[in-house]
Amino acid sequence: MLADALLLQLGYNATLVAFGATALGLAAGATGAFLFLRKRSLVSDAVSHATLPGLALAFLIMVAFGGDGRSLLGLMAGSAVSAATGLWCVSALTRHTRVPEDAAIGAVLSVFFGFGVVLLTVIQSVPSGRQAGLEGFLLGSTAGMLFTDAVIIALGGIVVLLAVAVLRRPLTIVAFDPGFGQTQGLRVARLDMALMLLVMAVTVVGLKIVGLILIVAMLIIPAVTARFWTNRASVVVILAGLFGGLAGYVGAATSASAPDLPTGPIIVLTSFVFFALSMAFAPERGVLAALMRHRRFERLVHLRQGLLAMAQGQHVYESRTRRLLRRQGFMRPDGVPTATGKNEAARTLRDEARWQVVRASVNLSDLAMRDDGLTPTEDVLTADQIAEIDRRLGPPEAV
Amino acid sequence: MSPVELVARNDLYTDGGTAQSPLEIREMTVSYGDQPVVYSVDMTVRPGAMTAIIGPNGAGKSTLLKAALGIVPALSGRVAVFGRPLENARHKIAYVPQRASVDWDFPTRVSDVVMMGLFGQLGLMGRVRGLHQERVYTSLARVGMQAFADRQIGQLSGGQQQRVFLARALAQGADLYLLDEPFAGVDAATERAIINVLHALRDEGKTVVAVHHDLSTVRSYFDDVFLINRRKMGAGPIDQAFTVPALQATYGGRLAEGQVAQLALDAG
Repeated sequence: MLADALLLQLGYNATLVAFGATALGLAAGATGAFLFLRKRSLVSDAVSHATLPGLALAFLIMVAFGGDGRSLLGLMAGSAVSAATGLWCVSALTRHTRVPEDAAIGAVLSVFFGFGVVLLTVIQSVPSGRQAGLEGFLLGSTAGMLFTDAVIIALGGIVVLLAVAVLRRPLTIVAFDPGFGQTQGLRVARLDMALMLLVMAVTVVGLKIVGLILIVAMLIIPAVTARFWTNRASVVVILAGLFGGLAGYVGAATSASAPDLPTGPIIVLTSFVFFALSMAFAPERGVLAALMRHRRFERLVHLRQGLLAMAQGQHVYESRTRRLLRRQGFMRPDGVPTATGKNEAARTLRDEARWQVVRASVNLSDLAMRDDGLTPTEDVLTADQIAEIDRRLGPPEAV
Repeated sequence: MSPVELVARNDLYTDGGTAQSPLEIREMTVSYGDQPVVYSVDMTVRPGAMTAIIGPNGAGKSTLLKAALGIVPALSGRVAVFGRPLENARHKIAYVPQRASVDWDFPTRVSDVVMMGLFGQLGLMGRVRGLHQERVYTSLARVGMQAFADRQIGQLSGGQQQRVFLARALAQGADLYLLDEPFAGVDAATERAIINVLHALRDEGKTVVAVHHDLSTVRSYFDDVFLINRRKMGAGPIDQAFTVPALQATYGGRLAEGQVAQLALDAG
C-alpha cells in the first residue's frame, strides 16, 4: 500500500496532494534556511499564527458578498493581510518599545491566534459556516483538494523558489554580516522584510496542506537537518529545499496510504525522521561522528602521555593508558615496555623536543599554533625543516 | 591661520580631483536612545595617509565609522566620500568590522567570506568566473591565508579571522579602507601581517582609517591621528596632533601616569 502511494498509484486526489506538498516542501525548506541563517526562526511562528483571524474575516466578507466563502485564493489573501499585520506588530513592538523580540513574538502569536479562534466560533454559529471546514486550515486538510488548489500551491511554491534564487547572495551576506552588507549598498531592513514576505507566502500557500500550526516545522526542520551535512550556507539552502521537498512527497504519499492519516502532521513527522537520521549519522557534525572523534582524541592523549612517561622511565599508573599501551603492543602485561614500545617512546620524546624548538622559533611561530600536544611534527613541518631541527637537537636519546 | 573655518554648505560634494578628501564628515551627531555618543564631529581624512581614530572606551570611535557608512543612523551630519554622496561612492570603500560582530559558527568557508567582497561586481545573478576565484585567492595570499581557503571559519584563531576580514576588504579593490579595531585580540604575528598589508596599501596610494586602541604603537603605525571623546578633540599629522596635552584632554584622568611619561619620551 505504501509502495503504491509512493509511486502515485493511489488515485487522483493523492497525486494532486503529493505534487502540491512537494512544491511546498521545496519552497519552505529553501526559505526556512535563510530564516535559520538569520537566526529568526521563531518569527515564522508569529507569522503563521497571525493568519487565522484574516482567514476567518476573509470567509465572513466573502459570505457577506453572497459567495460561499470557500475560495482558496480569497482565504489566502485574507490570511496574508492578517499575517502582515501580525508581523508589523512584532517589529513595531521591538523597535519602539523595550519589549524584546521573543516576548513580542509570544504576545502577538497568542493574541492573534486567540482572536482567530473566537472568530471561528462565531462562524460555526452561522449556517453556511458549519460546512466551510475552516478548522481544517489549523492542521491542514487535503481530503477535498481541487485541481486548482494544487495548481495555486505549486505555482506559489515556484514563485517563492525563484525569489529565493534571485536573493540568495544578499540574503546570505546580511545573515552573516549585516554591517558589511550595509556597506555594500544592501538595505538590510528591506531584505529582512523581503525574507518575511517569502515566509508569509510559504505560510499562506501551505495553509491547505499542513495548516497554520505546523507550517513552522516545514520552514525550520529541513534547515537544521541540512546544517548537519555541510559547512556552506549555499549548500544548506539547497539541501534544506531537497529535504523539505522529499518530506512533502513522502509524507503526503504515506498519509494517502491509509484512511484518516492527517497529511500535515505526517509530513512533519517524515521531516523529523530525516532530522533524526542526520543528527545521528551525518559525518563530521553528527552525534555518532562527534562521539567517535572524541574517543579517538582521548586514545591519542592517553597513548602519547603513556609513551612520554615510558620514555622518561616512569611507571604508568592510569589503567586506561596501560590497557591502550598493551593493546598497541607497547607494554607487556606486567607493565614492562616492549622493544617496539621503547622505539615508539623514543620517537614521541623526539617529537616533543622538536615541538619545543618550533615553539621557541621566531620564523615558525605560525606553525606553532598547530601544536596541540598530539599532532606529530611530520604532519606540520617539511622534511627539510625537520632535518634542520634534528641537526640542532643532536642525535636522539635512546630509551 | 583663521580662527574659524567657514565652509559653504554645498561645498561638500565637489566631485573634484585627486586632492579630494577620501572621507569628509560634517557636524555628525549620533545617539543611542537619548544618549549622544558622537557629538557634532567634523573630520577630514587626508588622501593617501593612514589615520588612527583614538579615544577612550565609549568615546564613539566605532560609532563614528559606522555612522559615516550608514550602518547606524545619524541624528544629523553629512558625509562625502571622494567628494560625492556616500550612495554614489560605496564601491570605493571597504569596511572591516570588529571581529566580534559576527557569528563565527555561521556555515561558510574562508573563500566564501572573501567572495562576499566581490558582491559589488557580481550583483544578484552574475556568474562566478575564474577571474573572481583568482581575486579571492590573491587577496587571501596577501594576508598569508591562502592555505586556509577551504576551512570553515569557526576553525580559525582570532588573528586568522581578522585576516580573513581584511582579505574580503582587499578583494573589493577599494580606495578607502575603514577598519574597526583591526588589532583587537590578535597575536603579534597577525598584528605584524596586518600592519604590513595596510602600509602596502598606503604605499599604493590608498587611504586607510583605523579605530585604534594601543597608544604605544600609534607613532610607528600611523601618519595622522584623530582624537575623539564624543567631541572631536584634535586631528592632524602625528607630530602635531599626537601630543601629551591633546591626549590628556581626550582621555582625562583615564591616561595612566606611566603612559604619559612614555608618550612624552616618544615625542622627544
